[in-house]
Amino acid sequence: MIDYDKVLSNKIKNVKPSGIRKFFDIAGTMEGVISLGVGEPDFSTPWVIRKAAIQVLERKHIIYGPNKGLLPLRQAITNRIEKKHGVKYDPDKEVIVTVGGSEAIDLVVRGLLDPGDEVLVVEPCFVCYAPLVELMGGVPVSVPTRIENNFKLTVDDLRDKVTERTKILILPFPNNPTGAIMTREDLEPIAEFLRDTNIIVLTDEIYSELTYGREHFSIIELEGMRERTVYVNGFSKAYAMTGWRLGYLAAPAPIVSQISKIHQYGIMCSPFISQNAAVVALDSCDDEVAKMVGEYNVRRRFLVSEFNRLGLTCFNPEGAFYVFPCIKSTGLSSEEFCERLLYENKVAAVPGSAFGESGEGYIRISYAYSLKHLMEAMERIKQFLAKLEEEKK
Amino acid sequence: MKSQIIKLLQQNARISNTELGEMLGISADEAAAKIKELEDDGIIRGYSVILDDDKIDEPTVYATIELKVTPQRDRGFNDIAKTIMMYDEVESVSLMSSGAYDLAVEVKGMDLKEVAFFVSERLATIDGILSTSTHFILKKYKEKGIFIDSEERDERGLY
Repeated sequence: MIDYDKVLSNKIKNVKPSGIRKFFDIAGTMEGVISLGVGEPDFSTPWVIRKAAIQVLERKHIIYGPNKGLLPLRQAITNRIEKKHGVKYDPDKEVIVTVGGSEAIDLVVRGLLDPGDEVLVVEPCFVCYAPLVELMGGVPVSVPTRIENNFKLTVDDLRDKVTERTKILILPFPNNPTGAIMTREDLEPIAEFLRDTNIIVLTDEIYSELTYGREHFSIIELEGMRERTVYVNGFSKAYAMTGWRLGYLAAPAPIVSQISKIHQYGIMCSPFISQNAAVVALDSCDDEVAKMVGEYNVRRRFLVSEFNRLGLTCFNPEGAFYVFPCIKSTGLSSEEFCERLLYENKVAAVPGSAFGESGEGYIRISYAYSLKHLMEAMERIKQFLAKLEEEKK
Repeated sequence: MKSQIIKLLQQNARISNTELGEMLGISADEAAAKIKELEDDGIIRGYSVILDDDKIDEPTVYATIELKVTPQRDRGFNDIAKTIMMYDEVESVSLMSSGAYDLAVEVKGMDLKEVAFFVSERLATIDGILSTSTHFILKKYKEKGIFIDSEERDERGLY
């Protein structure tokens, strides 16, 4: 008999499974559950994008493409970044088209870390950063943000976490799960602090198109930051293209020329059909995106006021498609809250603790669902809270 | 703002003023006032309910009737359309551009016989109606944006 425990690496065995998955798996075995858990749009990919993909299937050979991505797409990407942020990248030497934003994050972590190097992970945050760092033998150092600061990162949060081994700061804004954003004013002191260091910023801006009330601002716009930043974005959230698996990174040429080797050997190239379609997304879907943002905004306002009305204080998120209400008043941990909500009132939400210790006391509610769905879920949550109230008496 | 209210009410007319206000970032009173305005201006004509008739005990059949009509001097199709819409059996009356026929009329009845009788005795005999063509509806899948046959399945989060 083969002993699989001996076959597998210690590194991989030590990586914890995602805390998001756990609740989906339970919910999947139950009847009549309403989920508020997913992190992908409920909209279909805009038709013009799908049509472009169909045309590729009809008219082209589906082949490998250049390692770093199709040139027209890389050009569309650099044009986009320049238009949005006024920052220029060379499509030939400074861009890699990746298999989702996740691969871009993985490339940066793998390309920059030696064992023992430290990575500052701003939390609460999406679940992939720390495990990817650990797989490289790196050390994830959590940098908690706080509700008092609207879950924004401040220099004070950062200062005593930096050591001589700090290589990367992961900056995930607009933030999953909190919905927090960073404005120019918020980012300036961070940039000021970083300019004297060798720390590379990995700015994960996958939710950049989904902001409410103000335009997204990127740290690459600030003086001296382009040279010390890897910019990551993708098509999944903005264009409802999760299943197309397409993201990208833009970074100074010396970084791209090295880390593109990982992509070259490990992936070869991103999906050809998706890449062709993505050019259309960047060129002609601004109106479609605006329409989706409008819909998300209606749902966002509804949920924020409903949660506040029900007595679960809810911070006003200005980006992404999540609300992050505080459940501390119930006396339950976020894991207990979600478990009971699921088993007793059949609503699946994700405990804040799945996104780092600083997420404890909160739950993540996705509004990538129809209003009808959200209203039904809120009704159930209301009943659940009434029951908890009864128990206290 | 008005178009947003209309859109939300079209999705669900039973939404409360509080909920509507929350969604649009206005107060419940403001939402109520806006709806009142839409009603007073005659933009909102009424509120209805969308049913799955197969799940109701009363037997119901629907038919779409295509009518060819002689237009009247100065009044075009309006008079005849108004005559037709006065019948309780008639659910909707629309003027069409096809050329093949002029008015599309949706008729509701208990059974095929009742509808056929209504068409031949009531509609066909109206002055100015040249011909009728009756199409019975076998199944409705979607009406006014609402799925009738089945719920949409959400596969997200399963993988």
